[in-house]
Amino acid sequence: MKRIGDGAATRIGLIALAVILTTLFLVIPLAGIFYQAFAEGMAPFWQNLTSTFTREAIGLTLLIALLTVPVNLIFGIFLAWLVTRFAFPGRRILQTLIDIPFAVSPVVAGLLYLLLYGRTGWLGSLLSEQDVQLMFSWPGMVLVTVFVTCPFVARELIPLMQAQGSAEEEAGVTLGAGGWTLFRRITLPNIRWALVYGVILTNARAIGEFGAVSVVSGSIRGETINLPLQVELLYQDYNTVGAFTSAALLAALAIVTLMIKAVLEWHTHRREKTA
Amino acid sequence: MSARTARVLPGFSLSLGVTLLFVSLILLLPMTSLIGQLSTLSWSQYWAAITDPRLIASYKVTLLAALAASLFNALFGLLMAWVLARYTFPGKRILDALMDLPFALPTAVAGITLATLYSRNGAMGSLLEPLGIEVAYTWLGIALAMAFTSVPFVVRTVQPVLEDLPGQADEAALTLGASNLYAFRRVILPHIWPAVVTGTGLSFARSLGEFGAVIFIAGNMPYRTEVVSLMMATRLEEYDYAGAAAIASLVMLVSLLLLLAINLWQGRFYRRLHGGRH
Amino acid sequence: MSITVSDVSRRFGSTTALHPLSLEIKKGEMVGLLGPSGSGKTTLLRIIAGLEAPDSGSIHFGDRDVTRVHVRKRRVGFVFQHYALFRHMSVFENVAFGLRARPAGERPSNADIRDRVQHLLERVRLDELSKRLPAQLSGGQQQRVALARALAVEPEVLLLDEPFGALDARVRLELRRWLRHLHEEFGFTSVFVTHDQEEALELSDRVVVMSNGRIEQIDTPQALYRAPANRFVFSFLGETNRFGGDHQNGRLQQGEAWIAMARSDIAPNEVLLRPHELMLTTAPDERAHLPVRVDAVSPVGSDVRVELTADWMDTPWLASITHHDFDRLQPQRGDRFYVVPSRWHQFAPEMA
Repeated sequence: MKRIGDGAATRIGLIALAVILTTLFLVIPLAGIFYQAFAEGMAPFWQNLTSTFTREAIGLTLLIALLTVPVNLIFGIFLAWLVTRFAFPGRRILQTLIDIPFAVSPVVAGLLYLLLYGRTGWLGSLLSEQDVQLMFSWPGMVLVTVFVTCPFVARELIPLMQAQGSAEEEAGVTLGAGGWTLFRRITLPNIRWALVYGVILTNARAIGEFGAVSVVSGSIRGETINLPLQVELLYQDYNTVGAFTSAALLAALAIVTLMIKAVLEWHTHRREKTA
Repeated sequence: MSARTARVLPGFSLSLGVTLLFVSLILLLPMTSLIGQLSTLSWSQYWAAITDPRLIASYKVTLLAALAASLFNALFGLLMAWVLARYTFPGKRILDALMDLPFALPTAVAGITLATLYSRNGAMGSLLEPLGIEVAYTWLGIALAMAFTSVPFVVRTVQPVLEDLPGQADEAALTLGASNLYAFRRVILPHIWPAVVTGTGLSFARSLGEFGAVIFIAGNMPYRTEVVSLMMATRLEEYDYAGAAAIASLVMLVSLLLLLAINLWQGRFYRRLHGGRH
Repeated sequence: MSITVSDVSRRFGSTTALHPLSLEIKKGEMVGLLGPSGSGKTTLLRIIAGLEAPDSGSIHFGDRDVTRVHVRKRRVGFVFQHYALFRHMSVFENVAFGLRARPAGERPSNADIRDRVQHLLERVRLDELSKRLPAQLSGGQQQRVALARALAVEPEVLLLDEPFGALDARVRLELRRWLRHLHEEFGFTSVFVTHDQEEALELSDRVVVMSNGRIEQIDTPQALYRAPANRFVFSFLGETNRFGGDHQNGRLQQGEAWIAMARSDIAPNEVLLRPHELMLTTAPDERAHLPVRVDAVSPVGSDVRVELTADWMDTPWLASITHHDFDRLQPQRGDRFYVVPSRWHQFAPEMA
């Protein structure tokens, strides 16, 4: 088949331009992270990686992700089922509401929670009477992370479930299947890759969230410093190797995320081809 | 579907209940506090809070940098989408995967990396300095950080549209004797430009709110390289919650309007392609 | 199991999909719902199945009022338009789904399920393909899996939505006959939706012709074709030629063309003619004077189709003549003939 822009000169020229720009814009910064982390050799890198503060930051980062992902996974499935399988007034508004965390600055997200649960907030003052403080502590960081990452699973599922339609589920119902059977045996197998992808994205963002978390963290060493905050803290302290050690750890996680995503895409592509 | 009898598919009440509970607790409840905080301000105080000269300077910087970043991404994204959708070449998979790097990489990591690379003695900065181009601590650096974090938007909205474009459209144009450039402009571009606009709009919206990647390279000099997100954070650090809330209300309004505009635009585009259904 | 539809209506927003209508389907009968798209036939089928709820009226299966019974409990077999096969399950698992989905007390044993599915797959001649995924089957095979899946739960009512719509002509013909056999063997009551009049006429014991959410006529195929109730049914059931004119001296006249006939009060200015009711002659006679010119000839199939034009027509006519007449007259493009109608039809004008 002959296509526009298939001439050798155009083709090679455009590919070369794409590769050069991507290298300048994305590859060099990515390589730079690891270069800076190992700038002074293996030993300082290792020392930074195994320091107490880094270990605690890793622990907190994992804790946040571990709590955020399941919550948003369950919510995302319910929301997607609701808006793609039923018609009801307010469906559009609901879908727009869900996009808010996606659209607003992470600082605004943090601020909303600080205003609510902070000492001056109406809920915060109620809670502080009970000696519960959510701000400047890890539960607050989990809450804002849930806020920031709540659209990801639903945003992956909704277009897919809309495109697939509900015919298979209707067929299941005419054959007598109940709700749980329907979901487990018909819906879930059809959406599983999108679901995994949504989880990957949620997880990546939960691990890497900085703006919203920094507002509610209070930066208490060993308590409310996750990896991205640790990166900032060490960088501001002119501990470049330290900052880039944590950064390299996060970048490695990002690379793993990208690889899982590539594998998933290859999977769905192959399925589409056989279909 | 009728509300009068049981709905055919199960789970309506359950999923509605779970969703509303979640939306109320996670999304709406925090909004109430913003409104509460704003109500402590009089109109003149509110006006003063959002028209502070230093803040106005930050509006300008943010808008300018976000505009530059999203325009860059429109062009870069179009190029990448074209190359990834149309050509096969060794290493294409890696290039494709790299496009998502800015979403996968924490913004703070991107921030310190760009700041280090483009500082006066960084790898890139030292190359650009003899040319008289300063990136770090200028609006250019802010634009660079914004562009970096919003790369995927244009690529990932345009790429699937290009992949869906049937090869016959190309062939038809070429059999009619059109040159490559003319055929691209008249056949391909009309098909993909709604997606380009959508992607650029999303990139712009994201850039306006970017914080983590920007603050390291910006230098944060008052009146010159402060972005709006930073101004909010600064107000919070000064315990000026009302001032921060005032800026946040404006930022949210702008983001929501932008989001609404993008959604409407996308809806119209979708209807046009799919003949009024949906 | 007989099906009784009484005064059922349905609206979607501001559009009326079904005006109140009633329909009686006898036990063991095969009924086709025939109509153009938007006629409400699919809505009616989905209401019978319980996939859609009526705004008013009731549905009875035998003596049982099922209007409020959830589709899960109605025990109908439903074959979806695009089959809606579970794409991640093998053919076997698709067919077994309804049996496995039963609550623990009513569920047959695994061995039972295997036997029943195996038997059904043999019945639809798919036992060789039981391990395949739906995507690896042809359209006709997918259709048969969908049928087997619906039959596995032993429904007394089988409902089919455009069952052959997506198949090519030859497969369609084969599957039609096969469905008819299956229907007679199992003895269930079947209702299917189609927009193809040939399909409806060939398969059904009775045909329900619908348009704009109303039933136009319910009749056996023969009665329907011979005595269409109105102009819509007549034109929907086959190709139609129209002659419009004014009555003068016992003739319906349009320019130089005329047909000799008494004035009819139902439709004074129009007659409709089927293609096989037109004879081509070399000279006009006392019955009609209809000069025409041959525009195209296609000697394909059991008849020869001849397209005719003339100044007095608003749209070209189609005549179908026997091969015998074709050999005798040798019509060619541009040749001039006269048409003599053997029969014609008159209907009250349709209300817009």
